[in-house]
Amino acid sequence: MIRILAALLGMLMIAGLLLGASGLGWPSREILIELRLPRTLLAALIGAGLGLSGAVLQGGLRNPLADPGLLGIGGGAALGGMLAFYWGMSAMFAPALPIGGLLGAGLACFALFALAGRAPSGPALILAGVAISALAAALLTLALTLAPNPFALAEVTFWLMGGLQDRSLGHLALAAPPILVGAVILLRLGPGLDALSLGEDVARSLGRPVGHTLRWAALGTALVVGGGTAIAGSVGFVGLVVPHLLRPWLGERPSGLLGASVFAGAALLLGADLLARAGPMLLPLAQEPPLGVLTALLGAPFLIRIARKVAP
Amino acid sequence: MIALNASRIALGGAAVLYDITFQARSGEMVALCGPNGAGKTTLLRALAGLLPGIPAPDSRQVAYLPQGARSAWGLTVGEVVALGRLPHGDANHEAVARAMRLCGVMDLRNARIDRISGGQARRAMLARVMATEAKVLLLDEPTADLDPDAAHRIMALLAGFARNGGTVVVVLHALDMVRDYANRMVVLQRGRIVADAPPEEAMPIAAAAFGLPLGIDRRPRLLAPGSE
Repeated sequence: MIRILAALLGMLMIAGLLLGASGLGWPSREILIELRLPRTLLAALIGAGLGLSGAVLQGGLRNPLADPGLLGIGGGAALGGMLAFYWGMSAMFAPALPIGGLLGAGLACFALFALAGRAPSGPALILAGVAISALAAALLTLALTLAPNPFALAEVTFWLMGGLQDRSLGHLALAAPPILVGAVILLRLGPGLDALSLGEDVARSLGRPVGHTLRWAALGTALVVGGGTAIAGSVGFVGLVVPHLLRPWLGERPSGLLGASVFAGAALLLGADLLARAGPMLLPLAQEPPLGVLTALLGAPFLIRIARKVAP
Repeated sequence: MIALNASRIALGGAAVLYDITFQARSGEMVALCGPNGAGKTTLLRALAGLLPGIPAPDSRQVAYLPQGARSAWGLTVGEVVALGRLPHGDANHEAVARAMRLCGVMDLRNARIDRISGGQARRAMLARVMATEAKVLLLDEPTADLDPDAAHRIMALLAGFARNGGTVVVVLHALDMVRDYANRMVVLQRGRIVADAPPEEAMPIAAAAFGLPLGIDRRPRLLAPGSE
Protein backbone atom coordinates (compact mmCIF):
# COMPACT_ATOMS: atom_id res chain seq x y z
CA MET A 1 0.00 0.00 0.00
CA ILE A 2 2.78 2.43 0.93
CA ARG A 3 4.47 1.61 -2.38
CA ILE A 4 1.33 2.43 -4.32
CA LEU A 5 0.96 5.70 -2.44
CA ALA A 6 4.62 6.55 -2.96
CA ALA A 7 4.27 5.87 -6.70
CA LEU A 8 1.16 8.07 -6.81
CA LEU A 9 3.00 10.81 -4.96
CA GLY A 10 5.93 10.52 -7.37
CA MET A 11 3.65 10.91 -10.38
CA LEU A 12 1.91 13.88 -8.82
CA MET A 13 5.27 15.51 -8.10
CA ILE A 14 6.35 15.13 -11.70
CA ALA A 15 3.03 16.63 -12.77
CA GLY A 16 3.61 19.41 -10.24
CA LEU A 17 6.90 20.29 -11.89
CA LEU A 18 5.47 20.20 -15.43
CA LEU A 19 2.19 21.99 -14.83
CA GLY A 20 2.19 25.78 -14.79
CA ALA A 21 0.11 28.82 -15.60
CA SER A 22 0.97 28.34 -19.27
CA GLY A 23 -0.16 24.73 -19.36
CA LEU A 24 1.75 21.45 -19.36
CA GLY A 25 5.35 21.48 -20.52
CA TRP A 26 9.00 21.61 -19.51
CA PRO A 27 9.60 24.99 -17.91
CA SER A 28 12.69 27.15 -17.94
CA ARG A 29 15.27 26.38 -15.30
CA GLU A 30 14.39 29.55 -13.42
CA ILE A 31 10.69 28.83 -13.19
CA LEU A 32 11.39 25.25 -12.24
CA ILE A 33 13.69 26.11 -9.35
CA GLU A 34 12.13 29.36 -8.19
CA LEU A 35 8.43 28.53 -8.51
CA ARG A 36 7.41 24.99 -9.26
CA LEU A 37 9.91 23.06 -7.18
CA PRO A 38 9.20 24.94 -3.94
CA ARG A 39 5.47 24.87 -4.54
CA THR A 40 5.43 21.13 -5.26
CA LEU A 41 7.67 20.29 -2.34
CA LEU A 42 5.71 22.53 0.01
CA ALA A 43 2.40 20.93 -0.96
CA ALA A 44 3.82 17.45 -0.40
CA LEU A 45 5.55 18.40 2.86
CA ILE A 46 2.58 20.24 4.37
CA GLY A 47 0.13 17.55 3.24
CA ALA A 48 2.35 14.85 4.72
CA GLY A 49 2.40 16.65 8.05
CA LEU A 50 -1.36 17.21 8.07
CA GLY A 51 -2.13 13.60 7.17
CA LEU A 52 0.29 12.24 9.77
CA SER A 53 -0.96 14.52 12.54
CA GLY A 54 -4.55 13.52 11.74
CA ALA A 55 -3.67 9.83 12.06
CA VAL A 56 -1.82 10.43 15.33
CA LEU A 57 -4.55 12.59 16.88
CA GLN A 58 -7.37 10.22 15.95
CA GLY A 59 -5.42 7.36 17.49
CA GLY A 60 -4.31 9.29 20.56
CA LEU A 61 -7.71 10.78 21.33
CA ARG A 62 -9.50 7.56 20.28
CA ASN A 63 -11.82 9.71 18.25
CA PRO A 64 -12.44 9.33 14.51
CA LEU A 65 -13.40 13.01 14.31
CA ALA A 66 -10.13 14.34 15.69
CA ASP A 67 -7.98 16.49 13.47
CA PRO A 68 -5.38 19.22 14.01
CA GLY A 69 -8.09 21.90 13.90
CA LEU A 70 -9.82 20.33 16.90
CA LEU A 71 -6.95 21.09 19.28
CA GLY A 72 -6.85 24.79 18.43
CA ILE A 73 -3.32 24.51 17.08
CA GLY A 74 -4.40 25.45 13.54
CA GLY A 75 -6.41 28.32 15.01
CA GLY A 76 -3.41 29.50 17.02
CA ALA A 77 -1.21 29.44 13.92
CA ALA A 78 -3.78 31.42 11.93
CA LEU A 79 -4.06 33.99 14.72
CA GLY A 80 -0.27 34.30 14.99
CA GLY A 81 0.07 34.90 11.26
CA MET A 82 -2.81 37.34 11.33
CA LEU A 83 -1.18 39.40 14.07
CA ALA A 84 2.03 39.60 12.04
CA PHE A 85 -0.09 41.04 9.23
CA TYR A 86 -2.02 43.27 11.51
CA TRP A 87 0.89 45.21 12.86
CA GLY A 88 2.40 45.47 9.42
CA MET A 89 5.39 43.32 10.37
CA SER A 90 4.98 41.12 7.34
CA ALA A 91 5.11 44.17 5.06
CA MET A 92 8.51 45.15 6.45
CA PHE A 93 9.88 41.66 6.83
CA ALA A 94 8.28 38.91 4.73
CA PRO A 95 9.11 35.88 6.92
CA ALA A 96 7.29 37.58 9.83
CA LEU A 97 4.06 35.97 8.68
CA PRO A 98 5.19 32.33 8.88
CA ILE A 99 7.19 33.05 12.02
CA GLY A 100 4.05 34.55 13.55
CA GLY A 101 2.17 31.40 12.55
CA LEU A 102 4.73 29.16 14.19
CA LEU A 103 4.73 31.26 17.36
CA GLY A 104 0.93 31.17 17.41
CA ALA A 105 0.94 27.37 17.10
CA GLY A 106 3.53 27.11 19.86
CA LEU A 107 1.51 29.38 22.12
CA ALA A 108 -1.66 27.39 21.46
CA CYS A 109 0.24 24.19 22.32
CA PHE A 110 1.51 25.74 25.55
CA ALA A 111 -2.01 26.91 26.47
CA LEU A 112 -3.29 23.42 25.69
CA PHE A 113 -0.99 21.83 28.27
CA ALA A 114 -1.69 24.56 30.81
CA LEU A 115 -5.43 23.95 30.48
CA ALA A 116 -5.40 20.15 30.18
CA GLY A 117 -3.22 19.64 33.26
CA ARG A 118 -0.05 17.75 33.94
CA ALA A 119 -1.36 14.33 32.94
CA PRO A 120 -3.65 15.16 30.03
CA SER A 121 -6.32 12.62 29.16
CA GLY A 122 -8.31 12.51 25.92
CA PRO A 123 -11.48 14.41 26.93
CA ALA A 124 -9.52 17.07 28.86
CA LEU A 125 -7.33 17.71 25.84
CA ILE A 126 -10.29 17.93 23.45
CA LEU A 127 -12.17 20.36 25.72
CA ALA A 128 -9.10 22.55 26.16
CA GLY A 129 -8.51 22.43 22.39
CA VAL A 130 -12.08 23.46 21.59
CA ALA A 131 -11.76 26.37 24.04
CA ILE A 132 -8.50 27.52 22.44
CA SER A 133 -10.01 27.13 18.95
CA ALA A 134 -12.97 29.29 19.90
CA LEU A 135 -10.75 31.92 21.50
CA ALA A 136 -8.41 32.04 18.50
CA ALA A 137 -11.36 32.30 16.09
CA ALA A 138 -12.90 35.12 18.12
CA LEU A 139 -9.64 37.08 18.27
CA LEU A 140 -9.10 36.49 14.57
CA THR A 141 -12.54 37.89 13.72
CA LEU A 142 -11.96 40.82 16.06
CA ALA A 143 -8.66 41.61 14.38
CA LEU A 144 -10.32 41.37 10.95
CA THR A 145 -13.12 43.78 11.86
CA LEU A 146 -10.63 46.27 13.30
CA ALA A 147 -8.22 45.96 10.36
CA PRO A 148 -6.58 49.31 9.62
CA ASN A 149 -7.03 49.24 5.85
CA PRO A 150 -9.06 47.23 3.35
CA PHE A 151 -5.99 45.99 1.49
CA ALA A 152 -4.62 44.34 4.58
CA LEU A 153 -8.01 42.79 5.16
CA ALA A 154 -8.14 41.30 1.66
CA GLU A 155 -4.59 40.00 1.92
CA VAL A 156 -5.17 38.36 5.28
CA THR A 157 -8.47 36.81 4.20
CA PHE A 158 -6.79 35.36 1.16
CA TRP A 159 -3.98 33.88 3.22
CA LEU A 160 -6.46 32.42 5.68
CA MET A 161 -8.31 30.60 2.91
CA GLY A 162 -5.13 28.72 2.21
CA GLY A 163 -2.94 28.57 -0.85
CA LEU A 164 0.57 27.98 -2.15
CA GLN A 165 0.78 30.60 -4.88
CA ASP A 166 4.13 32.35 -5.27
CA ARG A 167 5.86 30.44 -2.49
CA SER A 168 9.62 30.42 -2.80
CA LEU A 169 12.57 28.32 -1.66
CA GLY A 170 12.76 30.70 1.30
CA HIS A 171 9.32 29.59 2.40
CA LEU A 172 10.40 26.00 2.00
CA ALA A 173 13.43 26.61 4.19
CA LEU A 174 11.16 28.10 6.83
CA ALA A 175 8.52 25.36 6.79
CA ALA A 176 10.74 22.28 6.41
CA PRO A 177 12.57 22.24 9.78
CA PRO A 178 9.50 22.35 12.06
CA ILE A 179 7.54 19.95 9.86
CA LEU A 180 10.37 17.44 9.66
CA VAL A 181 11.10 17.56 13.39
CA GLY A 182 7.38 17.29 14.16
CA ALA A 183 6.99 14.34 11.78
CA VAL A 184 9.87 12.48 13.42
CA ILE A 185 8.21 12.98 16.82
CA LEU A 186 4.83 11.81 15.53
CA LEU A 187 6.17 8.77 13.70
CA ARG A 188 7.67 7.42 16.93
CA LEU A 189 4.32 7.36 18.74
CA GLY A 190 2.96 4.17 17.11
CA PRO A 191 3.22 1.78 20.11
CA GLY A 192 1.77 4.36 22.51
CA LEU A 193 -1.18 4.92 20.19
CA ASP A 194 -1.80 1.18 19.82
CA ALA A 195 -1.79 0.77 23.58
CA LEU A 196 -4.37 3.56 23.89
CA SER A 197 -6.85 1.75 21.65
CA LEU A 198 -7.84 -0.39 24.65
CA GLY A 199 -8.28 2.62 26.93
CA GLU A 200 -6.14 4.76 29.18
CA ASP A 201 -5.91 2.21 32.03
CA VAL A 202 -4.67 -0.53 29.71
CA ALA A 203 -2.22 1.85 28.04
CA ARG A 204 -0.74 2.72 31.41
CA SER A 205 -0.59 -0.92 32.48
CA LEU A 206 1.28 -1.67 29.25
CA GLY A 207 3.87 0.93 30.25
CA ARG A 208 2.65 3.62 27.81
CA PRO A 209 0.92 6.27 29.97
CA VAL A 210 -1.61 8.36 28.10
CA GLY A 211 -0.20 11.68 29.30
CA HIS A 212 3.19 10.92 27.82
CA THR A 213 1.78 9.89 24.44
CA LEU A 214 -0.60 12.86 24.19
CA ARG A 215 2.04 15.40 25.21
CA TRP A 216 4.32 14.32 22.39
CA ALA A 217 1.37 14.08 19.99
CA ALA A 218 0.37 17.68 20.72
CA LEU A 219 3.95 18.93 20.46
CA GLY A 220 4.54 17.14 17.16
CA THR A 221 1.23 18.43 15.84
CA ALA A 222 2.09 22.00 16.85
CA LEU A 223 5.36 21.82 14.89
CA VAL A 224 3.84 20.16 11.84
CA VAL A 225 0.64 22.21 11.66
CA GLY A 226 2.31 25.42 12.79
CA GLY A 227 4.86 25.10 10.00
CA GLY A 228 2.15 24.20 7.48
CA THR A 229 -0.41 26.84 8.40
CA ALA A 230 2.27 29.50 8.56
CA ILE A 231 3.09 28.93 4.89
CA ALA A 232 -0.14 27.73 3.34
CA GLY A 233 -2.81 29.28 5.56
CA SER A 234 -5.66 27.24 6.94
CA VAL A 235 -5.94 24.01 4.99
CA GLY A 236 -8.56 21.84 6.60
CA PHE A 237 -9.88 18.35 6.05
CA VAL A 238 -6.60 16.65 5.07
CA GLY A 239 -5.86 15.46 8.61
CA LEU A 240 -9.44 14.37 9.12
CA VAL A 241 -9.88 12.51 5.82
CA VAL A 242 -6.54 10.76 5.31
CA PRO A 243 -6.85 8.18 8.14
CA HIS A 244 -10.40 7.35 7.04
CA LEU A 245 -9.23 6.80 3.47
CA LEU A 246 -6.55 4.39 4.66
CA ARG A 247 -8.43 2.28 7.24
CA PRO A 248 -10.39 0.12 4.74
CA TRP A 249 -7.06 -0.88 3.14
CA LEU A 250 -4.71 -1.10 6.08
CA GLY A 251 -6.94 -2.05 9.02
CA GLU A 252 -7.59 0.13 12.03
CA ARG A 253 -4.46 -0.36 14.16
CA PRO A 254 -3.26 3.23 14.76
CA SER A 255 0.46 2.50 14.30
CA GLY A 256 -0.29 0.79 10.98
CA LEU A 257 -1.62 4.05 9.56
CA LEU A 258 1.24 6.40 10.40
CA GLY A 259 3.66 5.71 7.56
CA ALA A 260 0.95 5.52 4.92
CA SER A 261 -0.70 8.72 6.16
CA VAL A 262 2.50 10.62 5.36
CA PHE A 263 2.31 9.60 1.71
CA ALA A 264 -1.48 9.82 1.45
CA GLY A 265 -1.53 13.30 3.00
CA ALA A 266 1.24 14.48 0.68
CA ALA A 267 -0.53 13.03 -2.38
CA LEU A 268 -3.87 14.49 -1.36
CA LEU A 269 -2.64 18.02 -0.80
CA LEU A 270 -0.42 17.95 -3.88
CA GLY A 271 -3.35 16.70 -5.95
CA ALA A 272 -5.54 19.46 -4.55
CA ASP A 273 -2.86 22.04 -5.30
CA LEU A 274 -2.53 20.74 -8.87
CA LEU A 275 -6.28 21.19 -9.27
CA ALA A 276 -5.96 24.71 -7.88
CA ARG A 277 -3.25 25.46 -10.44
CA ALA A 278 -5.27 23.93 -13.26
CA GLY A 279 -8.43 25.72 -12.11
CA PRO A 280 -8.03 28.89 -14.20
CA MET A 281 -7.23 26.75 -17.28
CA LEU A 282 -10.18 24.39 -16.93
CA LEU A 283 -12.82 26.76 -15.63
CA PRO A 284 -13.65 30.39 -16.29
CA LEU A 285 -11.91 31.57 -13.14
CA ALA A 286 -9.98 34.82 -12.88
CA GLN A 287 -7.58 33.27 -10.38
CA GLU A 288 -6.77 30.04 -8.59
CA PRO A 289 -9.41 28.74 -6.22
CA PRO A 290 -8.11 28.71 -2.60
CA LEU A 291 -6.44 25.45 -1.61
CA GLY A 292 -8.43 25.13 1.62
CA VAL A 293 -11.65 25.31 -0.38
CA LEU A 294 -10.47 22.56 -2.72
CA THR A 295 -9.40 20.18 0.05
CA ALA A 296 -12.83 20.59 1.63
CA LEU A 297 -14.53 20.02 -1.74
CA LEU A 298 -12.45 16.89 -2.28
CA GLY A 299 -12.67 15.66 1.30
CA ALA A 300 -16.35 16.15 2.08
CA PRO A 301 -17.74 13.59 -0.41
CA PHE A 302 -15.23 10.98 0.78
CA LEU A 303 -16.26 11.58 4.34
CA ILE A 304 -19.95 11.35 3.49
CA ARG A 305 -19.31 8.01 1.79
CA ILE A 306 -17.43 6.72 4.82
CA ALA A 307 -20.18 7.94 7.15
CA ARG A 308 -22.75 5.99 5.14
CA LYS A 309 -20.61 2.87 5.28
CA VAL A 310 -20.09 3.16 9.04
CA ALA A 311 -23.80 3.72 9.73
CA PRO A 312 -25.52 0.46 10.68
CA MET B 1 3.89 -11.63 44.44
CA ILE B 2 2.21 -8.30 44.82
CA ALA B 3 1.35 -6.29 47.91
CA LEU B 4 -0.27 -3.04 48.96
CA ASN B 5 -0.36 -1.35 52.34
CA ALA B 6 -2.29 1.89 52.60
CA SER B 7 -4.28 3.56 55.35
CA ARG B 8 -6.41 5.53 52.91
CA ILE B 9 -6.82 5.41 49.12
CA ALA B 10 -8.72 8.29 47.54
CA LEU B 11 -10.32 8.53 44.14
CA GLY B 12 -11.17 12.03 42.93
CA GLY B 13 -10.74 13.47 46.44
CA ALA B 14 -13.08 11.06 48.24
CA ALA B 15 -11.63 8.15 50.23
CA VAL B 16 -12.69 4.81 48.79
CA LEU B 17 -10.49 2.32 50.63
CA TYR B 18 -9.33 2.32 54.27
CA ASP B 19 -6.68 0.36 56.18
CA ILE B 20 -5.69 -1.90 53.32
CA THR B 21 -3.15 -4.61 54.01
CA PHE B 22 -3.14 -6.87 51.01
CA GLN B 23 -0.70 -9.40 49.71
CA ALA B 24 -0.88 -12.13 47.08
CA ARG B 25 1.99 -14.59 46.91
CA SER B 26 3.16 -16.62 43.97
CA GLY B 27 1.21 -19.86 43.57
CA GLU B 28 -1.96 -18.18 44.83
CA MET B 29 -5.24 -17.26 43.22
CA VAL B 30 -6.91 -14.59 45.35
CA ALA B 31 -10.54 -13.65 44.68
CA LEU B 32 -11.78 -10.15 45.56
CA CYS B 33 -15.46 -10.25 46.46
CA GLY B 34 -18.01 -7.89 47.90
CA PRO B 35 -21.13 -5.89 47.09
CA ASN B 36 -21.18 -3.32 44.28
CA GLY B 37 -19.29 -0.20 45.33
CA ALA B 38 -17.29 -2.00 48.02
CA GLY B 39 -13.99 -1.02 46.36
CA LYS B 40 -12.96 -4.23 44.56
CA THR B 41 -12.11 -2.53 41.27
CA THR B 42 -10.37 0.33 43.08
CA LEU B 43 -8.19 -2.11 45.01
CA LEU B 44 -7.30 -3.91 41.79
CA ARG B 45 -6.48 -0.61 40.04
CA ALA B 46 -4.38 0.44 43.02
CA LEU B 47 -2.42 -2.82 42.73
CA ALA B 48 -1.95 -2.11 39.03
CA GLY B 49 -0.53 1.35 39.85
CA LEU B 50 -3.33 3.15 38.06
CA LEU B 51 -4.25 5.49 40.91
CA PRO B 52 -2.40 8.78 41.44
CA GLY B 53 0.31 8.62 44.07
CA ILE B 54 0.84 4.87 43.80
CA PRO B 55 3.94 3.84 41.88
CA ALA B 56 3.28 1.69 38.81
CA PRO B 57 4.70 -1.84 38.88
CA ASP B 58 6.92 -3.18 36.11
CA SER B 59 4.57 -3.63 33.16
CA ARG B 60 6.43 -6.80 32.10
CA GLN B 61 5.75 -8.44 35.47
CA VAL B 62 2.20 -7.29 36.21
CA ALA B 63 -0.59 -7.48 33.61
CA TYR B 64 -4.02 -5.92 34.12
CA LEU B 65 -7.41 -6.68 32.57
CA PRO B 66 -10.00 -3.97 33.25
CA GLN B 67 -13.71 -4.54 33.56
CA GLY B 68 -15.44 -4.43 30.18
CA ALA B 69 -12.56 -2.99 28.16
CA ARG B 70 -13.57 -2.05 24.63
CA SER B 71 -11.36 -1.33 21.68
CA ALA B 72 -11.75 2.13 20.20
CA TRP B 73 -10.84 0.76 16.77
CA GLY B 74 -11.78 -2.36 14.86
CA LEU B 75 -8.53 -4.18 15.60
CA THR B 76 -8.34 -7.87 14.75
CA VAL B 77 -8.15 -10.37 17.60
CA GLY B 78 -4.55 -11.07 16.59
CA GLU B 79 -3.66 -7.37 16.80
CA VAL B 80 -5.31 -7.03 20.22
CA VAL B 81 -3.44 -10.04 21.62
CA ALA B 82 -0.16 -8.74 20.16
CA LEU B 83 -0.61 -5.56 22.25
CA GLY B 84 0.34 -7.74 25.21
CA ARG B 85 3.91 -7.69 23.90
CA LEU B 86 4.20 -3.88 24.10
CA PRO B 87 5.87 -3.88 27.53
CA HIS B 88 8.63 -6.06 26.07
CA GLY B 89 8.83 -4.04 22.87
CA ASP B 90 9.04 -7.20 20.80
CA ALA B 91 6.63 -9.13 18.58
CA ASN B 92 7.09 -12.57 20.13
CA HIS B 93 4.77 -14.47 17.77
CA GLU B 94 5.10 -17.66 19.77
CA ALA B 95 3.91 -16.03 22.99
CA VAL B 96 1.03 -14.41 21.12
CA ALA B 97 -0.01 -17.70 19.47
CA ARG B 98 0.29 -19.56 22.77
CA ALA B 99 -1.94 -17.03 24.52
CA MET B 100 -4.52 -17.23 21.72
CA ARG B 101 -4.59 -21.02 21.90
CA LEU B 102 -4.89 -21.01 25.71
CA CYS B 103 -7.90 -18.70 25.59
CA GLY B 104 -9.48 -20.43 22.61
CA VAL B 105 -9.39 -17.51 20.19
CA MET B 106 -6.85 -18.85 17.68
CA ASP B 107 -9.54 -19.40 15.05
CA LEU B 108 -10.72 -15.81 15.51
CA ARG B 109 -7.32 -14.19 15.03
CA ASN B 110 -8.29 -12.43 11.81
CA ALA B 111 -11.77 -11.42 12.99
CA ARG B 112 -12.40 -7.85 14.08
CA ILE B 113 -12.88 -7.58 17.83
CA ASP B 114 -15.94 -5.36 17.39
CA ARG B 115 -17.65 -7.93 15.18
CA ILE B 116 -17.49 -11.00 17.44
CA SER B 117 -19.62 -11.90 20.48
CA GLY B 118 -19.04 -10.30 23.88
CA GLY B 119 -17.76 -13.58 25.30
CA GLN B 120 -15.31 -14.07 22.44
CA ALA B 121 -14.06 -10.49 22.81
CA ARG B 122 -13.61 -11.06 26.54
CA ARG B 123 -11.45 -14.13 25.85
CA ALA B 124 -9.43 -12.15 23.30
CA MET B 125 -8.82 -9.45 25.95
CA LEU B 126 -7.69 -12.14 28.39
CA ALA B 127 -5.37 -13.56 25.73
CA ARG B 128 -3.84 -10.07 25.45
CA VAL B 129 -3.04 -10.25 29.18
CA MET B 130 -1.62 -13.77 28.88
CA ALA B 131 0.61 -12.75 25.95
CA THR B 132 2.60 -10.46 28.25
CA GLU B 133 3.78 -13.59 30.13
CA ALA B 134 3.71 -11.61 33.36
CA LYS B 135 4.14 -13.25 36.76
CA VAL B 136 1.18 -11.41 38.27
CA LEU B 137 -2.28 -11.19 36.67
CA LEU B 138 -4.79 -8.59 37.91
CA LEU B 139 -8.17 -9.42 36.38
CA ASP B 140 -11.45 -7.59 36.79
CA GLU B 141 -14.37 -9.94 36.14
CA PRO B 142 -12.63 -12.11 33.50
CA THR B 143 -15.63 -14.45 33.26
CA ALA B 144 -18.34 -11.82 32.77
CA ASP B 145 -20.12 -12.41 29.43
CA LEU B 146 -18.87 -16.01 29.26
CA ASP B 147 -21.09 -19.09 29.06
CA PRO B 148 -20.66 -21.61 31.95
CA ASP B 149 -18.34 -23.87 29.99
CA ALA B 150 -16.08 -21.05 28.82
CA ALA B 151 -16.11 -19.53 32.31
CA HIS B 152 -14.97 -22.82 33.86
CA ARG B 153 -12.27 -23.23 31.23
CA ILE B 154 -10.90 -19.74 31.88
CA MET B 155 -10.97 -20.23 35.66
CA ALA B 156 -9.24 -23.60 35.31
CA LEU B 157 -6.63 -21.94 33.10
CA LEU B 158 -6.02 -19.25 35.74
CA ALA B 159 -5.87 -21.83 38.55
CA GLY B 160 -3.27 -23.74 36.53
CA PHE B 161 -1.32 -20.52 36.02
CA ALA B 162 -1.27 -19.98 39.78
CA ARG B 163 -0.29 -23.62 40.49
CA ASN B 164 2.71 -23.17 38.22
CA GLY B 165 4.01 -20.34 40.38
CA GLY B 166 2.05 -17.39 39.05
CA THR B 167 0.00 -14.94 41.09
CA VAL B 168 -3.63 -14.22 40.19
CA VAL B 169 -5.78 -11.52 41.79
CA VAL B 170 -9.26 -11.65 40.36
CA VAL B 171 -12.46 -9.70 41.01
CA LEU B 172 -15.32 -12.21 40.91
CA HIS B 173 -19.03 -11.94 41.48
CA ALA B 174 -19.76 -15.62 40.86
CA LEU B 175 -19.18 -17.05 44.36
CA ASP B 176 -19.47 -20.62 42.99
CA MET B 177 -16.36 -19.92 40.94
CA VAL B 178 -14.58 -18.49 43.96
CA ARG B 179 -15.25 -21.65 45.94
CA ASP B 180 -14.29 -23.94 43.03
CA TYR B 181 -11.04 -22.25 42.04
CA ALA B 182 -9.63 -19.63 44.43
CA ASN B 183 -7.14 -20.37 47.21
CA ARG B 184 -8.11 -17.28 49.14
CA MET B 185 -11.13 -15.06 49.31
CA VAL B 186 -10.80 -11.40 50.25
CA VAL B 187 -14.15 -9.82 51.10
CA LEU B 188 -14.51 -6.05 50.84
CA GLN B 189 -17.30 -4.09 52.41
CA ARG B 190 -17.61 -0.28 52.28
CA GLY B 191 -13.94 0.13 51.47
CA ARG B 192 -12.55 -2.18 54.14
CA ILE B 193 -11.24 -5.73 53.99
CA VAL B 194 -13.58 -7.68 56.28
CA ALA B 195 -12.36 -11.18 55.51
CA ASP B 196 -9.15 -12.69 54.12
CA ALA B 197 -9.25 -16.48 54.36
CA PRO B 198 -9.78 -19.68 52.32
CA PRO B 199 -13.19 -19.52 50.58
CA GLU B 200 -14.89 -22.05 52.90
CA GLU B 201 -14.02 -19.92 55.93
CA ALA B 202 -14.69 -16.55 54.33
CA MET B 203 -18.03 -17.49 52.80
CA PRO B 204 -20.15 -16.70 55.93
CA ILE B 205 -18.61 -13.22 56.10
CA ALA B 206 -19.26 -12.75 52.39
CA ALA B 207 -22.87 -13.78 52.93
CA ALA B 208 -23.17 -11.19 55.70
CA ALA B 209 -21.59 -8.53 53.48
CA PHE B 210 -24.12 -9.25 50.75
CA GLY B 211 -26.94 -9.49 53.30
CA LEU B 212 -27.92 -12.96 52.08
CA PRO B 213 -28.52 -16.16 54.04
CA LEU B 214 -25.86 -18.87 53.83
CA GLY B 215 -27.08 -22.42 53.30
CA ILE B 216 -26.59 -25.68 51.45
CA ASP B 217 -28.60 -26.14 48.29
CA ARG B 218 -29.12 -29.67 46.98
CA ARG B 219 -30.94 -28.70 43.79
CA PRO B 220 -29.14 -29.52 40.50
CA ARG B 221 -26.56 -27.02 39.29
CA LEU B 222 -23.81 -26.96 36.68
CA LEU B 223 -20.50 -28.22 38.03
CA ALA B 224 -16.95 -27.65 36.91
CA PRO B 225 -15.92 -29.99 34.08
CA GLY B 226 -14.96 -33.45 35.33
CA SER B 227 -16.20 -32.96 38.90
CA GLU B 228 -19.18 -35.37 38.98
